[in-house]
Amino acid sequence: MRATVVTAFDRPREKLGAPPLDAWRDFTDGTWQDTIDVADFIRANHEPYTGDAAFLTGATCRTLEVWGALAALFVEERRRGVLDIDTATPSTITAHGPGYIDRDRELIVGLQTDAPLRRAIMPAGGLRLVETALRAYGYEPDPAVHRIFTSYRRTHNDAVFDAYPADVLAARRSHIITGLPDSYGRGRIIGDYRRVALYGVDRLVAERRAVRESLDERPSTDDVIRDREELAEQIRALDELKRMAASYGHDISGPATTGREAIQWLYFAYLAATKEQNGAAMSLGRTATFLDVYLRRDLAEGRLTEMAAQELIDDFVIKLRIIRFLRTPDYDQLFSGDPTWVTEALGGMGVDGRPLVTRTSFRYLQTLYNLGPAPEPNLTVLWSPRLPAGFKRFCAQVSLDTSAIQYENDELIRPAYDDDTAIACCVSALRVGRDMQFFGARANLAKALLYAINGGRDEVSGAQVAPATPPVHGEVLDYDTVLAAYDRTLDWLAETYVDALNVIHHQHDRYAYERLEMALHDHPVRRFMATGIAGLSVAVDSLAAIRYGRVRVLRDDTGLAVDYTVEGEPPRYGNNDDRADSIAVWLTEAFAAKLRRQRTYRDSELTMSVLTITSNVVYGKHTGNTPDGRRAGEPFAPGANPMNGRDTHGLVAAALSVAKLPYDAARDGISLTGTVTPDGLGRTRQERIDNLAGVLDGYTDAGGFHLNVNVLDRATLVDAMAHPERYPQLTVRVSGYAVNFVRLTPEQQRDVVSRTFHGSL
Amino acid sequence: MTTRPAPPSGPHRPGRTDAPTVGSVHSWDVSVGVDGPGVRFVAFLAGCPLRCRYCHSPDTWYRRSGRTRTVDEVMVEVERYRRFISVAGGGVTLSGGEPLLQPRFSGEVLRRCHDLGLHTALDTSGFLGVRADDALLDATDLVLLDVKSWDPATYRRVTRTGSVTPTVRFGRRLADRGTPIWIRFVLVPGLTDAVQNVAGVADFAAGLATVQRVEVLPFHRLGAHKYAELGLTFPLADTQPPGPDLLARVRGQFAERGLTVY
Repeated sequence: MRATVVTAFDRPREKLGAPPLDAWRDFTDGTWQDTIDVADFIRANHEPYTGDAAFLTGATCRTLEVWGALAALFVEERRRGVLDIDTATPSTITAHGPGYIDRDRELIVGLQTDAPLRRAIMPAGGLRLVETALRAYGYEPDPAVHRIFTSYRRTHNDAVFDAYPADVLAARRSHIITGLPDSYGRGRIIGDYRRVALYGVDRLVAERRAVRESLDERPSTDDVIRDREELAEQIRALDELKRMAASYGHDISGPATTGREAIQWLYFAYLAATKEQNGAAMSLGRTATFLDVYLRRDLAEGRLTEMAAQELIDDFVIKLRIIRFLRTPDYDQLFSGDPTWVTEALGGMGVDGRPLVTRTSFRYLQTLYNLGPAPEPNLTVLWSPRLPAGFKRFCAQVSLDTSAIQYENDELIRPAYDDDTAIACCVSALRVGRDMQFFGARANLAKALLYAINGGRDEVSGAQVAPATPPVHGEVLDYDTVLAAYDRTLDWLAETYVDALNVIHHQHDRYAYERLEMALHDHPVRRFMATGIAGLSVAVDSLAAIRYGRVRVLRDDTGLAVDYTVEGEPPRYGNNDDRADSIAVWLTEAFAAKLRRQRTYRDSELTMSVLTITSNVVYGKHTGNTPDGRRAGEPFAPGANPMNGRDTHGLVAAALSVAKLPYDAARDGISLTGTVTPDGLGRTRQERIDNLAGVLDGYTDAGGFHLNVNVLDRATLVDAMAHPERYPQLTVRVSGYAVNFVRLTPEQQRDVVSRTFHGSL
Repeated sequence: MTTRPAPPSGPHRPGRTDAPTVGSVHSWDVSVGVDGPGVRFVAFLAGCPLRCRYCHSPDTWYRRSGRTRTVDEVMVEVERYRRFISVAGGGVTLSGGEPLLQPRFSGEVLRRCHDLGLHTALDTSGFLGVRADDALLDATDLVLLDVKSWDPATYRRVTRTGSVTPTVRFGRRLADRGTPIWIRFVLVPGLTDAVQNVAGVADFAAGLATVQRVEVLPFHRLGAHKYAELGLTFPLADTQPPGPDLLARVRGQFAERGLTVY
């Protein structure tokens, strides 16, 4: 889009000496005034927008220049892996002085360190991870930092390994449980950053003080001591937040008075969280419709034009696109493409039946045109067939043009949580400021099946990992015998897995507590223990092969089952065939039930996801031959996807198989990624838009939870592998997030390309 | 070519109501936007009287290459998608092979779908159009009419077995009874691309009042592997897909007659 307007933004209007603006002028009253309740504020003040995208404006010259200033840095960053690292300053909210991209032109200010894309170290999560990452990128670890975090200050990583029992270590080593946040920040906690804009920091501090004092009346048990200390830490973090904002020349002790201030206050709060935590996923929440209240008031007051409103959102999104964390190449193997999961939930319906779609929902999506496609922020549309048609069509259009957004089922989320629910990471629903979760990576259900067959021995190493049980005998596998053995293995796995998570989160709370993010939650907060599973489709197809076909076992000379041959034509998961799909439903429910029986740290509610992110590749690499015919080392399907190439009836049939998985058993989300060619959606652009919106309606109506939609030609991806320099912004959705395709490892690129391309959807 | 005679007429043959109607079904699929409007449940029926050189599904030429299914069995499969289709928008398409090679079976499936309120489409070359009785067409909301070519020699060369005359009669019959038509024309360089051949198809299409659109489908070789699997030689193995200039010329020939063309 060609920009002709230099900047639509008025330079500061509020002259010195002018009376201060009433921050809450023209807002509708509600309980939000008396208690901290942003959801109530939104319900009372938002105005749904039911029109189309025609009102949107393009990027201004200023926007393109600020964004352009980063373009050269991106090239250098891609070449080197990281642009720069501050190796000597462990990050805190106030550790770094102010930083700018282009101080005179930025509308929204604030960087994680003193320069754009310069990464900070956060050793409290784990010093080893920091030092490994530094060396991987050619930096020397700082001796003073090393001394501090080995002599004076323990890290989360050290503390976890001090407390792990032996069977957890064995399970971890054999990759039946992988990706545990035991050496890095757990993430997946979303502060209600809007509170800072609506109330100002002082009011939030006062509320925390009152809560803290209310605990004085309770006896000092372990729980109460921990709560009091955490609240004191939260108050300290809020104070630091104020100081950090002051270093940029902003006083955020009071509420924001304009749209620009609201965005700035909110962003400072989010920024402070990213200065304090290198969390696996640092999600933003649900901010668009909240901010729309302010932007609409400014527009009504003549303080802003539409172009200026869009310019503010564009500038904000530029900031969100350059959030960076220092991570190791190992970590990249699991979660590739340097994701940060700055997830923003857009759209959805209110409990009052009115859409939560506003013009600012559109403005967020418009950034994908004004700034070009990008993986972050991770824009997530909460889809309902009841959404306004104009919004549905715009979302579908953006998917066609950019493949950068994902969809989640508002009709499942809202009844299970509420209408002010956001997505942490990829698919994890959390009520903003009311729920938090202990992120728990995932257990490998395909490998567990091999353990069941092999009496608890690992099929790759031969080591006894799970307790020794009788191996399944016989040349042909018997379904009932395998199922009984699998049941025992899953009992062990559930117990070992939750045990590991209890250790991790106990130590994370002690040594790497999210002070600021938790300051922006209610007290007491509802906590989830968010477990996950990988290898669902491999396990299901294996069981279906054993039940409906004949699976012969090949054993090595130690009796270990190392390969399988399948006879017959067993049904496969992903074809809307109940014979296979019912096994998937059973396995999901059965394992979730076993997990729920475990005792959890801080009495958190156990939830489960069917999501792998990109770890499906690594899980596959460490899992031997499976009874479905999959070869050792071959990647698993991502998330709840059917295995590549086995869903032979098109994406709709595959989606309907996935939609059968019960959300009640997997409240932390069920992920499906689908890629379709443009021609596979219809002949004309309008038809494609309508058809994609129709498919999303149908999938949502069928109970499908999540859909990543890529609209891509295979040839484009193949060409991008050969000529990455031509595709700096090519974005593809993987499992629950999007990546710059050219930043994936070659192995992961091949996995994406080989994954089922539904030529016709 | 299969020469089994068509059943006399209609899905309900007196005295035979007890025997369930069966057909030979090769496979089914769910597609979007390419087999009629919206999301389509597409049943591919087995058996076809034509042997088009560019055919991308030689595995549907013979009835024996399908599985015998009752109408009820097909409807069970349709039922699994009915809700999705009605929410997303779309319908059911009978394709093949040539569905009119099994008119009784096709007619019953179309009627049953139509009775459920589903939009129905029939994807046919029209070569066996005479076998489609009025009851079948009453249950058909849209015909995807694949006109292989206009020039008789070209038609013969393309299909190796057929002639365009039955298609022309069928098309006029559809137009007369008001059945909407989407004309399809597969563009193969050096085979179907002659100006006069295209002009004939375009004139024919322009003369049918119920034609809603023309889809010029560029030849592709994606079905070549199926020939190899069947031990057959793909006759167009060395033919290239049409270039953008040729496609534009041919689409232009349809467009200049006032037709909506894709």
